Amino acid sequence: MWIYEKKLQYPVRVSTCNPTLAKYLVEQYGGADGELSAALRYLNQRYSIPDKVIGLLTDIGTEEFAHLEMIATMIYKLTKDATPEMMKAAGLGDHYAIHDNALYYENSSGVPWTASYIQAKGDPIADLYEDIAAEEKARATYQWIINLSDDPDLNDGLRFLREREIIHSQRFREAVEILKDEQGKKIFF
Amino acid sequence: MFTLYKTWHPIASPFDPCKPILEKTYSTPPNIYMGFQPPNLPQFSPQEALRAGTLWKPFYDPYFNPFEKAKGGIPR
Amino acid sequence: MKQIPPEYYQMMEQLQAVDFVLVELTLYLDTHPDDLEAIKQFNHYVKERKTIKKAFESQFGPLQQFGNSYSGHPWNWNEAPWPWQV
Repeated sequence: MWIYEKKLQYPVRVSTCNPTLAKYLVEQYGGADGELSAALRYLNQRYSIPDKVIGLLTDIGTEEFAHLEMIATMIYKLTKDATPEMMKAAGLGDHYAIHDNALYYENSSGVPWTASYIQAKGDPIADLYEDIAAEEKARATYQWIINLSDDPDLNDGLRFLREREIIHSQRFREAVEILKDEQGKKIFF
Repeated sequence: MFTLYKTWHPIASPFDPCKPILEKTYSTPPNIYMGFQPPNLPQFSPQEALRAGTLWKPFYDPYFNPFEKAKGGIPR
Repeated sequence: MKQIPPEYYQMMEQLQAVDFVLVELTLYLDTHPDDLEAIKQFNHYVKERKTIKKAFESQFGPLQQFGNSYSGHPWNWNEAPWPWQV
């Protein structure tokens, strides 16, 4: 089972009320390479992957939920108390008409999250290569959002999340090495 | 000199209407060079690690908006 | 309007820092299960986390529930602030 902790992984701050930035950030909430996709992808792959890498998929999948909560916090803070006028000016008029200021699992263009964003091929190498690609794509998405943002506090949190993609990619690459190994044991010391 | 950001120079045609970007940059993060992580890599303190987003200094690769002034970040 | 004291942020960040080291070491050990030095460091921070968690909870209430934290009276798990509200 999972246990919730009343704590963010990283102290999230944003400088201004800015629904436009929230619109971009939603990509990492309910987009193809977002945190929801990542968490569900890794946790779902666990059931058909060799035992040696189940722990890693479990732990990275769990950390992704912590990142999902950080993204939610950023979106929540950027849109909290924003008026319908402000939402409209940010291109979120159609979002507002459906959801008020509620968060929703959709991408930055308003397309609802779909399971077709994730794969489960059942082949360990195919699945881990997908995971490595997903981490690199999420890293790139964070770069583009940082480029769009002039909010230094938001960018600080986004830099943290981008760095986590680098570490996750590293671990998935190591998982591939573990599965490649002839003896089932990697000698690296 | 080794760098985590590489550059290239796209063709600029006289018929390209936008102001040409003469040099483009892309990220080549440390994880693609590391191979299997060796033991005992130099570490940040817990407080620094949280701010950096990693415990290990060789993985630290902060990304700044090229349009904003870089704030620096944690020295390696 | 409910005000959040500055100590909340200080202690929370202390906990976030130690917990972050534990996350990093967990992922590392998932692929490096034989690294004894890393395991020693991990266990050291497990102990440190317990101390900080106890101090934080005595001031600001339970961090986890389903029995992973003690409860005050009245039941204080569902009291604000929640993490995204601070």
